Amino acid sequence: MTISGIIGGILMLCGAAFLLLAGIGLVRMPDLFNRIQAGTKATTLGTLLTLAGAACLRPEWTLKLLLIGLFILLTNPISSQVLARAAHRTGTPKTAGTVDRLADDREERP
Amino acid sequence: MKKASAVALLFATLIIFWLLLNGSFAADIVIVGIVTAAVIAFLFRDGLAVFSEFKGTPRALLTALLYIPYFLKELVKSNLHIARVVLTPSLPLNPAIVKVRTRLKSRMGRLILANSITLTPGTLTVELDGEWLYIHWVTAEALDIDAATASIVAGFEKYLEVMYG
Repeated sequence: MTISGIIGGILMLCGAAFLLLAGIGLVRMPDLFNRIQAGTKATTLGTLLTLAGAACLRPEWTLKLLLIGLFILLTNPISSQVLARAAHRTGTPKTAGTVDRLADDREERP
Repeated sequence: MKKASAVALLFATLIIFWLLLNGSFAADIVIVGIVTAAVIAFLFRDGLAVFSEFKGTPRALLTALLYIPYFLKELVKSNLHIARVVLTPSLPLNPAIVKVRTRLKSRMGRLILANSITLTPGTLTVELDGEWLYIHWVTAEALDIDAATASIVAGFEKYLEVMYG
């Protein structure tokens, strides 16, 4: 077992842990917006760590893995934002007590 | 940024992507890449805000480099924050959709700002409306516009203002 192999393994393990946290978050969070939050952040870092681990185990893949990571960083937040916007526009229920400035503004000028 | 240098930057980016994806510097691959990248750069000569709105001064480039570690730091912080919330048995949430204002004028600057906010501690951009952003906040600390702006937007804005304005 080489040093880079050990580092790669640790990175992948951390990535898997964050992906697990994302799963737990999806189950535990009370409404759609909070679930998206748990999903987006933890999967982004989880995937990036997994890719970094793969790069340590297979150095010849590094450049391609870097590109995959870049595309994930660019596309993941956009898809979450569009999902959240669509959910808000169709009036998805929110947890009781959520202050909602966007709904307030929509009522003022429909 | 001037049109010529924006096209050159697009061309260079495409070539780098092409070479990274191929992982080879063989003559035929390089030639095909150069021709394709030149055609694409020509077709999109005034279409891509990523490059045409980038200021391109040395200070902007340096800021872009500094932005990467700052962003990664925020990403890790955001994950630990969400992990702590998710793993606490009582689930300490205080969700709210707050309204914040950005000083950024360019479309690209606003896009990167919205994306960065989505990936950082407990915040998710729900809607953009001109200079106003509506942000879902898992553990809202402030509800009025100025305080929320200072807390969510100011950190990134400092960098993006230099890069895109």
